[in-house]
Amino acid sequence: MRIGVFVCWCGSNIAKTVDVAAVAEAARDMPGVVYSTDYKYMCSEPGQNMVKDAIKEHRLDRVVIASCSPRLHEPTFQRCIADGGLNAYMVEMANLREHCSWVHEKTPETTEKAIHLVRMAVAKVTKNDPLQRNEIPLGRRALVIGGGIAGIQAALDIADAGYPVVLVERTPSIGGHMAQYDKTFPTLDCAACILTPKMVDCASHPLIDIWSYSEVEEVKGFVGNFEVKIRKRAKSIIDEKCTGCGECLEKCPVKGIPSEFDENMGTRRAIYRPFPQAVPNKPVIDRLNCRKFLEDKCGVCAKICPTGAIDYAQEDEVLTEKFGGIVVATGFGLWNHSVMGEYGYGKYPDVISAIQFERIMNASGPTDGHIVRPSDGKTPKAIAFLSCVGSRDQEHGHAYCSKVCCMYNAKQALLVRDKLHDVETYVFYMDIRANGKGYEEFVQRTIEDFGANYIRGRVSKIYPDNGQMVIKGADTLLGKAVEVRVDLVVLATAMQPQNDAKDLARMLGISTDQYNWFSEAHPKLKPVEVLTDGIYLAGACQYPKDIPDTVAQASAAASKVIGLFSKKAILSEPMIANINEDTCAGCGLCVNVCPYGAIELIEVMDKEKSTRENKVMKSVANVNEGVCKGCGTCAAACRSLSANLRGFEGKQILAEIDALADMVKGRK
Amino acid sequence: MKYAYFPGCSLESTAKEFQESTQLVGDAIGVELVHIDDWNCCGATSAHNLDHRLSVALPARNLGIAEGMGMDVVAPCAACYNRMRSAEVELKANVKLRDDINADLEKPFTGAISVKSSLEVFTTSEALAKVSDGIRKKLTGLKPACYYGCLLVRPPKVLGFDDPENPQSLDKAMETIGAEPVEWYFKNECCGASFGLSKSEIVVKLVGDIISNAKKHGANCIVTACPLCMTNLEMRQAAAGKLRGEDLTMPVFYFTELMGLAMEVRGIKKCFASHLVDVNSALDAITADGAMVG
Repeated sequence: MRIGVFVCWCGSNIAKTVDVAAVAEAARDMPGVVYSTDYKYMCSEPGQNMVKDAIKEHRLDRVVIASCSPRLHEPTFQRCIADGGLNAYMVEMANLREHCSWVHEKTPETTEKAIHLVRMAVAKVTKNDPLQRNEIPLGRRALVIGGGIAGIQAALDIADAGYPVVLVERTPSIGGHMAQYDKTFPTLDCAACILTPKMVDCASHPLIDIWSYSEVEEVKGFVGNFEVKIRKRAKSIIDEKCTGCGECLEKCPVKGIPSEFDENMGTRRAIYRPFPQAVPNKPVIDRLNCRKFLEDKCGVCAKICPTGAIDYAQEDEVLTEKFGGIVVATGFGLWNHSVMGEYGYGKYPDVISAIQFERIMNASGPTDGHIVRPSDGKTPKAIAFLSCVGSRDQEHGHAYCSKVCCMYNAKQALLVRDKLHDVETYVFYMDIRANGKGYEEFVQRTIEDFGANYIRGRVSKIYPDNGQMVIKGADTLLGKAVEVRVDLVVLATAMQPQNDAKDLARMLGISTDQYNWFSEAHPKLKPVEVLTDGIYLAGACQYPKDIPDTVAQASAAASKVIGLFSKKAILSEPMIANINEDTCAGCGLCVNVCPYGAIELIEVMDKEKSTRENKVMKSVANVNEGVCKGCGTCAAACRSLSANLRGFEGKQILAEIDALADMVKGRK
Repeated sequence: MKYAYFPGCSLESTAKEFQESTQLVGDAIGVELVHIDDWNCCGATSAHNLDHRLSVALPARNLGIAEGMGMDVVAPCAACYNRMRSAEVELKANVKLRDDINADLEKPFTGAISVKSSLEVFTTSEALAKVSDGIRKKLTGLKPACYYGCLLVRPPKVLGFDDPENPQSLDKAMETIGAEPVEWYFKNECCGASFGLSKSEIVVKLVGDIISNAKKHGANCIVTACPLCMTNLEMRQAAAGKLRGEDLTMPVFYFTELMGLAMEVRGIKKCFASHLVDVNSALDAITADGAMVG
């Protein structure tokens, strides 16, 4: 046994409080250690070269690096000693920084503790076994969940790189929220004009399958090997036969169903497509409202369909498909302001949400783009826009800023003045957050060139009076209470996670924050990854984002998938659990405690009881190497010590504890 | 039901008719109100502006005495109710403060009882059922604007017996006795409260807004559960009318007076005599066909 110990200063991070030279000196006398030294930055290139050279020069077979947390640099030094000719797993880290120098004062005891930590690492590395990484299969086909602009962009990027993609969308058409918008800030491009070409690209791309009206129901497996159960809901339309001519849409007698796409500002029929540019451009039948399904009457659409594409007997189809990587792009929901009594509990028809106003402004919307108010269809003479309705408001459960409202408030206030020259606009705001390219300039344009009255303060109450809405609020710049009479009030309601975000997170095994936004693996350095390999986030399912940020993140997620798929093979992590089948009693306790579902019971031959003539089977635990994360829960739970965590085996841990006990005893 | 009754300063002075009607209605529907002996000021408004500990300690003494009586407290005045309920919630949550204050009290408050508003106690479904049984004359034709003011229902996390933005308990009580409460939008606005004396111009403006909105929506009276609201609405309506150039003459009642009137409780009519604004215009609006039940 020839162990080398390398003590790092970490600049002054460790050396300021720990006497690193004394630690290296003490290490020299530890059992098995043949070489020890200290250096300013072990992780630097010269530092790593020192390790490699020492392996050769002193014929080291094991290495201890006394520096920072293994979470930071264990992979660095595993690579380093592998380059130096050792098995990568013959290195142990003693964490002198997070566990010692950062948390203690400069005292002799601090250096003593550092020596204890090194001694324990030396004891552990003595018991290390060489480990191997195995290749695991990699399916090069991607699943994108959610067909908004994030999912569309990710699907296009992945498919353009040459990999097949299934784009699953819950509603009858892809397009998401962006398809509902009128124009986009700060350039005022028409949202449909820039979105629909991408939707069409998706539809015509030979490597993209769009599964609309479909939902993910179950996700199993692991990176490179996901098995996903997807329900394709019955559209009651035979896809291959339907030409999208739209004759059925004209004749369906069930009218007046509030249109989801128009945010209840308009209506649709029982057979419908959400909007004229829908992709796929084929209708679906809403069975909850269709007379054929409710009363077994009507059947008009089947009678007039020239291609016989209507199929009332169609059933949901549940498919289990394999994917190598998953992009989650499920977007956001909007908070319903009807819990706000001070704004009328959602009962005043002329107090609407900003997305409803988008539909009113949109030329293909329920009013053909004429700005009228819902109560009486009259053109408003004064409109108020209220920002932060539910956002930055702990009382209503969203302490965060919804990020895009300041900009769309400004956009809507500008567009309204552009269409109706004699309308007065008021924007009540807390702060104007316009921190994007061209954003601040845009807000100033709304104020200066389009005459919007910006009032800094919140609105305490809205009530109807003489056919108008009275807004009572504060102008905190004037320090006065203000009252404004308007014809229409537009609320910038908080963006929030989809109602079922938590369910999807559970299905995918990814984590969420306190609001149910999906959590990225690292807030700064891993913004599109999650803690489960092979799953990536795109768009507002993670946190409120505007379109440019969403598109950028979608492309980032796609590039992660492309990066994964372009690998020759993926390697398993060897520091995972394994089961000693000879001693395993098949009790199944580990199956129950495993947080990743990585363990199952299998039948194997009982070697003890079997004879050549008579095979006896027994059930034992078995670890799926692709799924196991090496958390060690099974090893802790196992009553017969049959579950072991490679790299953290009982003999290694006990060696550490024994070493520490000896050191403490010696001190007395 | 037996409650420890906390009158506070208003109900023994400017709001005597609230006290009398509360007692009369309580007797009629079997809510027994036992006076808290040797009660002290609830701490509104001075104490809680100046000294937080004192603002909790003053109600704590009353709560301690009431706890000794073994009954929940009823405080009809909205300000008393607000202060005492706030103190109760804080003392129940903050054991350290409670121990500290209890060290100064003869009768400690351990958190065994609770504070309620008389509106809360008189508008439970059981109480309203008793009222309903006792009605002798429905108040048909009376169109009250139910006015809760600001203190009775806010902050909702502390008080929370009714909806803070569109409270309903007064409306329900008025419907029970056959009156027809109007839909209006100033139910929970501030009347100016204790600015009534120090900054009356604010109160005049606010009272004007409130009465004007009530009138616009067809009310022929306002009904309240707060002595401060009553004082401001009655005392400042003439000045408010002058300010707005409108006739803002509007009778104002305590809800208990109208409950008592509907039940024809003996002695209730005496209460009307102490009002600053003549209530007869409202009483005359009650149609004859109401007088029938029972």
